[in-house]
Amino acid sequence: MTAKQRRFAEIVLTIASPILLLLIWELISRSGRIDQRFWPAPSSLWDTTRTMVQDEDLFGEIWLTLERILAGFAMGAVPGIIIGLLMGISWPIRAFLMPIATAIYAIPKIALLPLVLIALGTGEMARWVIVALSIFFVVALSTMGGVLALDPIFTDVARNFGGNRWTLFRTVALPGSTPAIFTGLRLALGFALIVVVGTEFVRPNGGVGSLIWESYSILSIKKMYVGLIVTALMGWLLVLGLDLIERLVVPWRRAL
Amino acid sequence: MTVAVANESGTVDDREVVTDPPLVRIRGLGRVFETAAGPVTAVRAIDLDIRRREFLAIVGPSGCGKTTLLRMIAGLETPTSGRIETGSAAADRPVNAMVFQGHSVFPWMTVRQNAEYGLAIRGAGKPERAGIVDSLLETVGLIEFSRAYPHQLSEGMRQRVAIARALAVDPDLLLMDEPFGSLDEQTRFILQDEVLRIWGETQKTVIVVTHSIDEALTLADRVIVMTAHPGAIKDVVDVPLARPRDQATLRSDPEFGRLFGRIWDSLRSEVLEARAASGSPR
Ligand SMILES: Nc1ncnc2c1ncn2[C@@H]1O[C@H](COP(=O)(O)OP(=O)(O)O)[C@@H](O)[C@H]1O
Ligand SMILES: [Mg+2]
Repeated sequence: MTAKQRRFAEIVLTIASPILLLLIWELISRSGRIDQRFWPAPSSLWDTTRTMVQDEDLFGEIWLTLERILAGFAMGAVPGIIIGLLMGISWPIRAFLMPIATAIYAIPKIALLPLVLIALGTGEMARWVIVALSIFFVVALSTMGGVLALDPIFTDVARNFGGNRWTLFRTVALPGSTPAIFTGLRLALGFALIVVVGTEFVRPNGGVGSLIWESYSILSIKKMYVGLIVTALMGWLLVLGLDLIERLVVPWRRAL
Repeated sequence: MTVAVANESGTVDDREVVTDPPLVRIRGLGRVFETAAGPVTAVRAIDLDIRRREFLAIVGPSGCGKTTLLRMIAGLETPTSGRIETGSAAADRPVNAMVFQGHSVFPWMTVRQNAEYGLAIRGAGKPERAGIVDSLLETVGLIEFSRAYPHQLSEGMRQRVAIARALAVDPDLLLMDEPFGSLDEQTRFILQDEVLRIWGETQKTVIVVTHSIDEALTLADRVIVMTAHPGAIKDVVDVPLARPRDQATLRSDPEFGRLFGRIWDSLRSEVLEARAASGSPR
């Protein structure tokens, strides 16, 4: 198989699995063995989607959720990368922060939502902060791991040429840990989506999560399904976007 | 030899000057590592003069302290005893560049960025860097790969990048720690020839650590044989083989065989000792 054929096969297989899933769902639903009110066939969701786009501003809801994800993601990822790098290159900082980081890492951050609401009120900021909190630690720990995993030989090379700490950071620690940073970011993106939808369930105020929850409350099941599918698509596209950025930022990796 | 030397006041006097003072003078050098299992003496009591423009090879059983010695000369490791003096009065060490043992080429930089690395750290401007590195990459046969990343290269090509990176800063002293250790024999011969040619053209001082007696004799003017751990100098063997050296004729030279025997005689017992100490079967 040539590389080109392989690439083609990969694309086909990637598209095949969701289509297959939808197809099975469609067949089971149409066979009449299950209650169509709760398990509507995917094909029957088209009309619902169209009305939702036209009359209920579906894209507005999607955008609102997306905005929350991206804002919280940025607020958690940027400090996470910075603190992670610092923990990686400086043992005193690592020794000082490690106990707190590992302890808080284990708390499901959504449990802190009431606290955050008390501290920050019920506006958008509280949602962003809870997302930022949820992803900060995974990004920081993954980044730190990336720095620590670097072969000390690279540090020696920099020192041999008279490089100072800043050179070491700029030319070794930072570029060397980017693959690990992206591993952390990919996990974080998943967390961010979960947490945003979760907060939209708990405190519905627009967004796809609210849409799912409110549709369920009034037993508008088809709308609920549209919300679910939109959420899944959003997660998929976000990860795809991150992969694309990684390809640009880390062109030196063997297999991407 | 008697030469006229200008003293600080500008007058000229005749006095005895030792021909070419050594580039590096090592006296009583030792290094002890503190480990969890107690102190480990890596290197002890090294006395060694490294002459300018000399090609020196160091051979010894693995774990005997060759890397530690080289790192101390490079200034990457602090001696715990003895001292290293240098002929160049300005710095406390000659300007050196090391080709490290193992994979030291930065995977995140292209061939060109790797080769320019030392120059960039020293603040050389872009045009200057490009000028130097272009001709070096030409020399090591990698100019067509200057935009490639290390993972796209063969092992031998990556070692060439490491050598180009070290040479780019025009060091007085080139240190190479088993630079061709992981390469196949043919590639090794080619790279040895390249290093010999570059050395011939630039007349740098070179120290190469190698586990190959054959390689030591091919390259060096002098071979230092080290004892098993903890490493000390056991033997110093002069290599009066004619230069320029050629891989084929070199090995048919009876002198080559004689020197090989001499070094192996010296090394053999050390290798056996090192293996016994580490518990490997003989
Ligand atoms: N940083 C270190 N800490 C503790 N022991 C070390 C360290 N570096 C080297 N050693 C020990 O010093 C000895 C010599 O090591 P090395 O110089 O790497 O030998 P060689 O290069 O000849 O194989 C070995 O016993 C090794 O375990
Ligand atoms: Mg070694």
